[in-house]
Amino acid sequence: MSDQSQSPGYAEAGRAEGSAVPAGSPGGVAPLIDESATYALRVNGRGEAVKAAWLGESLLYVLRERLGLAGSKNACEQGECGSCSVFVDGTLVCACCVLAADAVDADIVTVEGLAQGEALSDVQRCFVDEGAVQCGFCTPGLIVAVTDLLDRCPHAGDMEVREAISGNLCRCTGYGRIFAAVDAVRRRREARA
Amino acid sequence: MTVRALAAPAPPTPAAPTPTPAPPTPAAPGRPQLEATPGRVGESARRPDGIPKVKGQFAFSSDLWADGMLWGRTLRSPHPAARIRAVDTTAAARIPGVRAVLTAGDVPGKPCYGLEHADQPVFAGDVIRYQGEAVAAVAADHPEIAWRAAQAIAVDYEPHEPLTDAEAAITAPPIHPDGNVFRHLTITRGDPDATGDVTVEGTYEVGMQDQAFLGPESGMAIPSDDGGVELFISTQWLHVDRDQVAACLGLPVDRVRLTLAGVGGAFGAREDVSLQVHVCLLALKTGRPVKMVYSREESFFGHVHRHPARMSYRHTATRDGELVKVEARLLLDGGAYASSSTAVIANAACFAAGPYRVPNAVVDGWVVRTNNPPCGAMRGFGAVQACFGHESQMDKLAAALGVDPVELRLRNALRGGDELITGQRLTGTAPAREVIEAAAAHPLPPPPDPDADPMALPGGAGLTAERADVRRGVGFAVGFKNLMYSEGFDDYSTASVRLEEGPDGRPLATVHCAAAEVGQGFVTLAQQIVRSELGVERVVLRAADTQVGSAGSTSASRQTWMSGGAVQAACVAARDALLRRVAQARGVDFQGARRQLLTLRDGEVVHVEGVFRVPLVEALGGRPVEEVREYRHAPTLPLDDRGQGDAHVSYAFAAHRAVVDVDPELGLVRVVQIATGQDVGRALNPLQVTGQIEGGIAQGLGLAVMEEIVVTDGRVRNPSFTDYLIPTALDMPEVLATLIEQPEPGAPFGAKGVGEPPTISSTPAVVAAIRAATGLPLTRVPVSPEDIALARP
Repeated sequence: MSDQSQSPGYAEAGRAEGSAVPAGSPGGVAPLIDESATYALRVNGRGEAVKAAWLGESLLYVLRERLGLAGSKNACEQGECGSCSVFVDGTLVCACCVLAADAVDADIVTVEGLAQGEALSDVQRCFVDEGAVQCGFCTPGLIVAVTDLLDRCPHAGDMEVREAISGNLCRCTGYGRIFAAVDAVRRRREARA
Repeated sequence: MTVRALAAPAPPTPAAPTPTPAPPTPAAPGRPQLEATPGRVGESARRPDGIPKVKGQFAFSSDLWADGMLWGRTLRSPHPAARIRAVDTTAAARIPGVRAVLTAGDVPGKPCYGLEHADQPVFAGDVIRYQGEAVAAVAADHPEIAWRAAQAIAVDYEPHEPLTDAEAAITAPPIHPDGNVFRHLTITRGDPDATGDVTVEGTYEVGMQDQAFLGPESGMAIPSDDGGVELFISTQWLHVDRDQVAACLGLPVDRVRLTLAGVGGAFGAREDVSLQVHVCLLALKTGRPVKMVYSREESFFGHVHRHPARMSYRHTATRDGELVKVEARLLLDGGAYASSSTAVIANAACFAAGPYRVPNAVVDGWVVRTNNPPCGAMRGFGAVQACFGHESQMDKLAAALGVDPVELRLRNALRGGDELITGQRLTGTAPAREVIEAAAAHPLPPPPDPDADPMALPGGAGLTAERADVRRGVGFAVGFKNLMYSEGFDDYSTASVRLEEGPDGRPLATVHCAAAEVGQGFVTLAQQIVRSELGVERVVLRAADTQVGSAGSTSASRQTWMSGGAVQAACVAARDALLRRVAQARGVDFQGARRQLLTLRDGEVVHVEGVFRVPLVEALGGRPVEEVREYRHAPTLPLDDRGQGDAHVSYAFAAHRAVVDVDPELGLVRVVQIATGQDVGRALNPLQVTGQIEGGIAQGLGLAVMEEIVVTDGRVRNPSFTDYLIPTALDMPEVLATLIEQPEPGAPFGAKGVGEPPTISSTPAVVAAIRAATGLPLTRVPVSPEDIALARP
């Protein structure tokens, strides 16, 4: 028995016994990068030109690797973990599941756009003070998701909070201090109101 | 003893200075410096990296970027067992934008690496021993090109039947020149033929758990001018990585320099080498910086997992409920390569009887090689598997005796001065009774509220449960584990502390320690220790790297004790040097008992008889003081051929009580509350201790009811966060924690490590609660819905 496995997924690979060389292999493909492919994104209020890109790049990749905005994280890149949460036209999305070239003309806001210069937003401040940050890899996505929730639903109850952030996986904290941070933001905003 | 409840964390410290920002992103690999927030030992100081992390400015290893960098990509075997007949890289190398394609023949140094035994090839040359084993690596201009090139490498495999049964592996023909048995260990204590009034038996299984840290394996290698390489990497132990990488590259260790890049969680999965050698080889081959970032799928194949276990137990007790004898056979599946398997089985065996007085014991421990995914370190390290066994047995014994399970545990709980089944006497604190009592003392949650949100029922958002059918159960479990490395290992940590006048004219302390910050908060603790020891408010941490001596691994709940001890020792030495300098300058005798005349207090060198006080900066006299110290814990000894010996340094205990609601028809479980008592020695940062307890419990809950890498015929079926589920915010219950603070003699500040105990007994506590709710035996974790819904009583 013999095969020359080419399948991308290790889990699936090996079933494709004797599979053919995939499209995209040498011998007749156009170069990946189209030097003329240029488009513009609007991120955190600034226009950003994306030049000579592969049009298959996700918004997450372009933010991180082309625009220098590495705050949005790459924990799963299939929309399961929420660590790349950003706003696209005010809607909370996973940047890994959006094609960058499809986000032209949209207003994109990332975690880097939430602080006012050196001043942290109340959500950011409470995450630091309440011990909601450990390794910090899930943190930017959670900051964006909690910002979204409390802006939309200032009086969200505990179960609503849990549901709203259940798409943001955290492996360090067990969420306890994250709930405490969300509580602290709600208390601050209520005290101010 | 002080007991501190965790319900209300200490108030925030006042206005913290803004830390030096992390490197701008895209981050040029550099040496980020973390600056201080106020807070001394015992206070809930805030993390120095907290602000960059919430702003998205903290540079993790996957965020690194350098001019002209290439992207690396691994090609991995789709087969769990195969012979490689040929590898043809011609087509891959011809793809535009591909800069290097490497296979086994391109490894200039040692062809294999490994934590304890170098048995794992850098690239498989002729034999594949697990699905996902690396065969080749590519560097290209763009990650998509690298991926396509990896797929274009033609590997001619001859697959064969994988060896997947751990029991069979003991006697099967070896699948590796080093054999199939990584370690066979027996512990014999007292009289193996001792008898009692009551005997209970059981066989238990633990599935393969994944650490599932959020930040995937990643790093960047940059060739250096001396023909060496600089590696920026997320790891748990820089120096042991360096030594393995240098050996495989065929370079002297001083030409391989490692710097810790931001680490997105670890939990044991970063103890072993993953991409370190590959990325360095690609950088040296191309002469350019190379970055590698695993996808989540590749991450499941790129690191070791928690060993699956099959355990048979027989407990014998008197009718009064005193344990007479524990017999256990433990079989761990180590998968294809050794990793830390030999130490994991030692832990499983040493702690097989649980935190109880057991006069007679026979433990037979095995860890073997198969064609399953390699297994190694994960939080709890062997004690997790054993705890599910011994705690299931304690409940069985309680039922057989007709006594309360908590009472049975209290009756047998270890105390200071008792001997373990290894014959080692407990000379430190051993608050086993106290953790049990503390966990049991927390209030139970109110009974299910008929008007409560249906989201709170088992099944949650699915809204599948009928409230009237939901059954509640309560379960209890206790566990313990060694802190630091054992069995005679020379375990040490190094730290340097430099004291000088800062640019602003105030005193500044700089700590250099290679301890890997993986999220646990050592960076906070190091600052707290310096502030407490030297009274200096401004404390900067240099990036962890291999330019200072080894700090050992961020493993085994050891960094608070070991690197905390090293930082403290370096502080004491720096203080002594400063006092000696002042004594010389002022003509004060600084010999013997006269040393006590000078002290450092509140930022001043003070003559205790009131002769003078000198501000610290003036005392320095324009020259910094810098001292480096190594810290070692008390030595340990190997286990003898009967498994006896003083193999461990110290132990930490924890107990958990779980309350669950179960929908028996669909087999769905909702954990309602977990209460715990944990032995912490002394809480040096109560907020961070809370975070460790809650996070560790989440991983224990995950193993109890959701987390398993499903492996069929050696193939992983669920390498994604779609199919490998970890607890979400909807899965985690309320956690009630009591810290038992009995300072540990010999430990710096009396503190014990706190990371692992929450993960050990939380799992059996949840399963015991499900048993109580359903009446089912449930001998395997994770408990699946099928185990409940399809069970036939």
